[in-house]
Amino acid sequence: MGRILVALFSGLAFGIGLIVSQMADPNKVVGFLDLLGSWDPSLVVVMASALLVTTAGYRYAFSRSQPILDTERHTPSATQIDRRLIGGATLFGLGWGLVGYCPGPAIVSLATGNPKVIAFVAAMLAGMALYEASANRQTGGRDPETSRPTAAT
Amino acid sequence: METFTPLSAAIGGALIGASAVLLMAFNGRIAGVSGIVWGAISRWQSNGAWRWFFLLGLLAAPLAVRGVTGAAPAVEVNAGWWLVVIAGLLVGYGVRMGSGCTSGHGVCGLSKFSRRSLTATLVFVATAVATATSGGAISGG
Repeated sequence: MGRILVALFSGLAFGIGLIVSQMADPNKVVGFLDLLGSWDPSLVVVMASALLVTTAGYRYAFSRSQPILDTERHTPSATQIDRRLIGGATLFGLGWGLVGYCPGPAIVSLATGNPKVIAFVAAMLAGMALYEASANRQTGGRDPETSRPTAAT
Repeated sequence: METFTPLSAAIGGALIGASAVLLMAFNGRIAGVSGIVWGAISRWQSNGAWRWFFLLGLLAAPLAVRGVTGAAPAVEVNAGWWLVVIAGLLVGYGVRMGSGCTSGHGVCGLSKFSRRSLTATLVFVATAVATATSGGAISGG
């Protein structure tokens, strides 16, 4: 129950952060990504601020033997820098640069009911499913959170 | 650069950071939206409910902001429908293939000094910049 409340509050804070910083506005994001437009470095400030807080907070969180409300942490175990990582990041960057939406901002914007936002999220889910289907055909699948191979392999 | 909004950017960024710290300190989880989205869909076990509540928080955020400030930030997507769909497909496919997005790799991964996340972040930022800049150049914007 506590973990659920924390997750809810965390999502709420995350979403409010995206809105306050205007990162939920794709045009604001493209304002940074497009170097030749009237360039707006706000996204850099958002990232720097988020990184400052998270790095400091993670030092505390990871210093604990376990999370406050769980018996273990659930973090990715992969360490290899491989073609999957780089290829995926490239495709993601391509998609992000086209419209200025990445997953968080798109979901936050769903409540506005804008049909293009709904279309983006639907396409995003389809893209995720497409990758997972092709990956499962090859390797038998991975844990979506930690990238560890699932028991099915 | 009248559009530069450093104060609200810093505040918003700090909120995002606080959100990530909360999720890790209490639940031991990475606040990576793409992973949470896919995990919510693909993992229906008893202890997977937290993802749906995180997403609920994300969805409810604009309502909370409007409740407090009375302002409902409008969303204008200037891109055409085809571009929106293609972008969505690329983002969805890419974040699963690359195991993360701006929150998972860019905020959480970097904050734990992950080399994988540093690599991924550099690649997707560079690619996004190249894409947006050439797109802007092509469309004359």
